[in-house]
Amino acid sequence: MSNAVAENTEIGVVPSFTVTLFVRRFSKEDGLEARWEDFDVTVHGTDRVLDALHKIKWEQDGSLSFRRSCAHGVCGSDAMRINGRNRLACKTLIKDLDITEPIYVEPIKGLEVEKDLIVNMDPFYQAYRDVKPFLIASDKPKAERIQSPEDRERFDMTTKCILCAACTSSCPVFWTDGQYFGPAAIVNAHRFIFDSRDEAADVRLEILNDKEGVWRCRTTFNCTEACPRGIEVTRAIAEVKQAILRGKP
Amino acid sequence: MVTIETPRSPRSRKSANREKLAWLFMRASGVILIVLVFGHLYINLFTGEGIKAIDFAFVAGKWADPFWQVWDTAMLWLALIHGTNGMRTLVNDYSERERTRKILNTSLWTVCILLVILGTLVTTTFDPCPDTSVVDALPQFCNK
Repeated sequence: MSNAVAENTEIGVVPSFTVTLFVRRFSKEDGLEARWEDFDVTVHGTDRVLDALHKIKWEQDGSLSFRRSCAHGVCGSDAMRINGRNRLACKTLIKDLDITEPIYVEPIKGLEVEKDLIVNMDPFYQAYRDVKPFLIASDKPKAERIQSPEDRERFDMTTKCILCAACTSSCPVFWTDGQYFGPAAIVNAHRFIFDSRDEAADVRLEILNDKEGVWRCRTTFNCTEACPRGIEVTRAIAEVKQAILRGKP
Repeated sequence: MVTIETPRSPRSRKSANREKLAWLFMRASGVILIVLVFGHLYINLFTGEGIKAIDFAFVAGKWADPFWQVWDTAMLWLALIHGTNGMRTLVNDYSERERTRKILNTSLWTVCILLVILGTLVTTTFDPCPDTSVVDALPQFCNK
């Protein structure tokens, strides 16, 4: 029944429009400097920046390189700088941007560009590994570890991280100091520091009490603004600072 | 498999607690400075005759009182160290070369220490009516 109605009255027809995308191109092979390249793409009102990038890659220039996996805001592969702000290309609707102006798409900052929109994520993951992002507990229970809803709520916010690096690569401290752990690593440390089942909070707090640890944070809130999962990153960092001062979570 | 040699050099463990102390100092001195600076502005500009009252005699009068000596010295130390430490973090954020960073930070702290020493000398040893053999003009209130 509903299909018949849609066919007769054209309900559900998605308007299309043309937008210009300026994409930052770079390749180690061609020996050229990084440069902007523009593409005109016809997109639908329901399309996201990722769809426009797909259209460019599939229909105009197959050499355009970018990462994407799930394409639905869960895997965190396609974080990029869109109109100067770090966002996931798969969660940014083109119609929500100012389409009277060209849309600028460039790789996230602070990490070495491999090709076009792909950066080397190794330093980012290394910082993540350095905070020991796994449960450390001495007991060997036969069943699940029981936790009260209140204890679970304590770190609920930071369980949502998808490691897309939008926060870390929006941090001005990280841009100039690659040694800084960065917001994402601290968020993932927070997730275990405040977990009542974990026993190594003091180890992680000591790690983050480093010269390049939480004290490098200038509370500019870029990370909170960049997070596609709505994690209050700056608050999480502040809570870790407080925990270090207290000496316990 | 591609192996990348030392993708991230190990962080130095030293001066970890110095950063913590610096962070704590910034918070504490910030709060104290709000009281000291606004107290200073209120006393100097709003009480009595306001800004018209401020002259050599006014300052001499304040520094004759140990309370204001301590107040101003504390304000001097905290403001200078707070400001210099803030500049240090900016230098650390924006200088890309280690040498530039060292030069800028060393000059910052040199200026800071120099100003602290000179300022403290003034607030603690200030004498509005020194020996006439040293200076040729004395403020009027010294002749009384």
